[in-house]
Amino acid sequence: MPHDRGEGAAATPDKTLLRFLTCGSVDDGKSTLIGRLLFEADVIMGDQLETLKVDSRRFGTTGGDIDFSLLLDGLEDERHQRITIDVAYRFFSTERRSFIIADTPGHEQYTRNMAIGASTADAAVLLIDARKGLLPQTRRHSLICSLFGVRHVVLAVNKLDLMGFDRGVFDAITAEYAKFAADLKFASLTMIPLSARFGDNLTAPSEQTPWYQGPSLLAHLENIEVEDASADGQFRFPVQWVSRPNSDFRGFAGTVAAGSIAVGDPIVAMGSARPSRVKEIVTFDGPLPRASAGDAVTLTLEDEIDVSRGDLLVDPAAPAEFADQFEANVVWMREDPLVPGRSYWLKLGTRTVSATVTGLKHRIDIESGAHVAARTLAINEIGVCNVATSVPLAFDPYAKSRDTGGFILIDRLTLDTAGAGVIDFALRRATNIHWHQSTVTPVQRAELKGHQPAVLWFTGLSGAGKSTIANILEQRLLALGCHTMLLDGDNVRHGLNRDLGFTDTDRVENIRRVGEVARLLGDGGLIAVCAFISPFRADRQMARDIAVPHAFLEVFIDTPIDECIRRDPKGLYAKAQSGEIPNFTGIDSAYEAPENPDIRLTTVGHDAVALADQLIEELRRRGILG
Amino acid sequence: MSGGSGSPAADDKTPVGPIGSGLPRHLRRLEAETIAILREVAAEFRNPVLMYSIGKDSGVLVHLARKAFYPARLPMPLLHVDTTWKFREMIAFRDNLAREFDLDLIVHTNQEGVARGINPIASGSALHTSVMKTEALKQALDKAGFDAAIGGARRDEEKSRAKERVFSLRGADHGWEPRRQRPELWRLYNTRLAPGETMRVFPLSNWTELDIWEYIEAENIPLVPLYLAKLRPVVRRGGVWIMVDDHRLPLEPGETPEMRMVRFRTLGCYPLTGAVESDAATVSAIVSELRDSRVSERQGRLIDSDETASMERKKREGYF
Ligand SMILES: Nc1nc2c(ncn2[C@@H]2O[C@H](COP(=O)(O)OP(=O)(O)O)[C@@H](O)[C@H]2O)c(=O)[nH]1
Repeated sequence: MPHDRGEGAAATPDKTLLRFLTCGSVDDGKSTLIGRLLFEADVIMGDQLETLKVDSRRFGTTGGDIDFSLLLDGLEDERHQRITIDVAYRFFSTERRSFIIADTPGHEQYTRNMAIGASTADAAVLLIDARKGLLPQTRRHSLICSLFGVRHVVLAVNKLDLMGFDRGVFDAITAEYAKFAADLKFASLTMIPLSARFGDNLTAPSEQTPWYQGPSLLAHLENIEVEDASADGQFRFPVQWVSRPNSDFRGFAGTVAAGSIAVGDPIVAMGSARPSRVKEIVTFDGPLPRASAGDAVTLTLEDEIDVSRGDLLVDPAAPAEFADQFEANVVWMREDPLVPGRSYWLKLGTRTVSATVTGLKHRIDIESGAHVAARTLAINEIGVCNVATSVPLAFDPYAKSRDTGGFILIDRLTLDTAGAGVIDFALRRATNIHWHQSTVTPVQRAELKGHQPAVLWFTGLSGAGKSTIANILEQRLLALGCHTMLLDGDNVRHGLNRDLGFTDTDRVENIRRVGEVARLLGDGGLIAVCAFISPFRADRQMARDIAVPHAFLEVFIDTPIDECIRRDPKGLYAKAQSGEIPNFTGIDSAYEAPENPDIRLTTVGHDAVALADQLIEELRRRGILG
Repeated sequence: MSGGSGSPAADDKTPVGPIGSGLPRHLRRLEAETIAILREVAAEFRNPVLMYSIGKDSGVLVHLARKAFYPARLPMPLLHVDTTWKFREMIAFRDNLAREFDLDLIVHTNQEGVARGINPIASGSALHTSVMKTEALKQALDKAGFDAAIGGARRDEEKSRAKERVFSLRGADHGWEPRRQRPELWRLYNTRLAPGETMRVFPLSNWTELDIWEYIEAENIPLVPLYLAKLRPVVRRGGVWIMVDDHRLPLEPGETPEMRMVRFRTLGCYPLTGAVESDAATVSAIVSELRDSRVSERQGRLIDSDETASMERKKREGYF
């Protein structure tokens, strides 16, 4: 027994949390083991125990005894099938430690679930049925643990009661496993002889195994070091949310992903050239002198540098990788296979960008570890891929930091989480691209113009009034002596982008090219006015990212869909509604309205000229016009 | 505001040192995880709302939200679905909390249900819950067009919850489809929604009941006094004590309210919420009582005792 009931698991100041996952093949005794751990740790309450006794008689597999495995099944349908089909989380605690178990099923087809459980686990308990020894699944489970960075592995050799607690059986299995696991780079590997059903070596040393001197499973789990490996690493802080309660305060909220930071330390946002220093580490409970991996804090900086959600703050002396291509191991989780060339959303840290798997190097046979040629990845397969992102991304190899090296891929149409990847290394470092330096600088060009360069990005539904207002604005700017260029669907789609259609992939490429052109216009010192429906938030973010270092103003032309349909200046809505134009934004294709546009213009009840004047005022206020 | 805990305003004025200082490390880790989830919601959704049930878990949630967004105000309103059968002390506590912490509070009642005379006594708990809670919640979410609703549910509450996601996708009419739930890896949450879809978010997923109480104690979080033992007028029904909170509770023949030292482990509509006999009149007494406890938290909820898998069914219908 871990502790006596009544004395209780009093929380001591250094009580820690261990997250571990359990894996095994069907009927290895995983549910029995977990159920029994929960029982011994007093998590099972009296009323639940009554239910359990009744259930054991009805569904149990243990004759008259309590069947602990019945404590675990949750979903109604699964209960009847008597199988577990997803990751379930269980909780128990002892005086020393609080535990979260990710219970993942042993079915061959559920690689994805193991990857999910492994992604957050500090340790894994791998179950083996002593009668069967190592199975292909054991190797599979071990490889996934290794790939997803589980540091500590416990090999639980179960059902040893059925083999007469024979030391020879245990030794043979453990010797074979130790040999296999030697390449897998676990920080620790511990092997324990067990009987989950009868509780041997589960929470206390068993008299049946006098030849075993090691700890019981629970004692071992209580003692595994959870030194947060990432706490010693280089400082990484993905900016999650920009806090602006008033004009005097601008803080960057997030969780330290690796390393630590102190007041006064230098930082820089990856991809930007302007460093600053930490002014304050703000928390509800008062300012902190230092914050380390795992702490959720808000940083304020000495200088007003341009930082927003999705940026990665680092120590300028120890930057992360910054690249738009990398190699990664990807586990596929969707029925539709992964197809190279298709575009997905990629979320890493707090950043979402659009990405394509440009090449599938090979699939990994996870039972043998062998590399197999493949053209697609089916559900539950793992492959080594080259991934290209629409804009350079800040990251680390996964082996260095989990939170800055792991990503998910999101299907653009169904919005399902389609795959998960761990980054091996950068393929083409953005920092290695040397720009052709022209001797005339953008600053010199801008000085000649008498105003700052800028990208004004108009977004809104078809018929919202983007082109109308953009045209009036450009006339006004011209009259003020400004140098401008208007980009809109018509002058772009007929030339530069005439090879593109209206599929999601083409829409992304359309915006990317326009974004690049706008940026070059900015380099030329111009004010680029861009009027595009640009329905997807991520694409507008992409345009904003491309425009750096120029000022980028997202101008949301806010007109309700009903009003646009009523106006229908080009008769397009009528056609879309009759099905003549498929994928029409607002009808059968989504428009993601800006959450925080820099400028929002409501057109209903307002005059286009007045709205353009409002924009001019805004440009003055922001110092773009002198 | 009472409840054996400090006044809510106190922790605003008296910063108590570093983040969660004095907190055991496992609670600090849970705290940071919850704060990160709350910030993710604020950053990724257009119009989020925090479902506030007045109970201890939503109290912890509000406390953590204040931490997450400090020094800013909560960037989302609180929503309370009022069935009109909540304990009177709950309502007083709610209004006081909103005032003291400067929170935007939306209270919604299904007026159509009131007009139909739905109540937990005559209509039965199933119909009452469906109309005044489930339907009412959907109404309130639809009315304001909330795209994410944050709730205080935990995975340890009930077997079927063990598999619930932190970000739980709801299709049209708020229905929960097991097959469409998204895998969750690392601290990465896929928050994307198609038109008509909404998200339920459970930032306390990984907390246990004991964690919650230890945290309430350590952080001095204000609590509805009903959680603490006191002499209260009760009647014995279905194996639990039901409090006679107002004159609307019809007494059955032979029933006379008696005064007993009782407290509540969960709070809901008073005719549906059973009290347990207890002497624990302070939070720390509850924490030690809980460490000895042999009865699970939901036992006091009459709505669950019908069938084992009733929670599962309710979820599919859109209850929380
Ligand atoms: N003899 C013996 N039987 C066991 C042991 N552990 C589990 N079992 C039995 O093996 C069967 C499968 O166990 P279960 O926990 O459901 O396996 P799971 O599929 O891995 O979760 C059940 O009938 C258990 O009672 C053990 O250590 N010894």
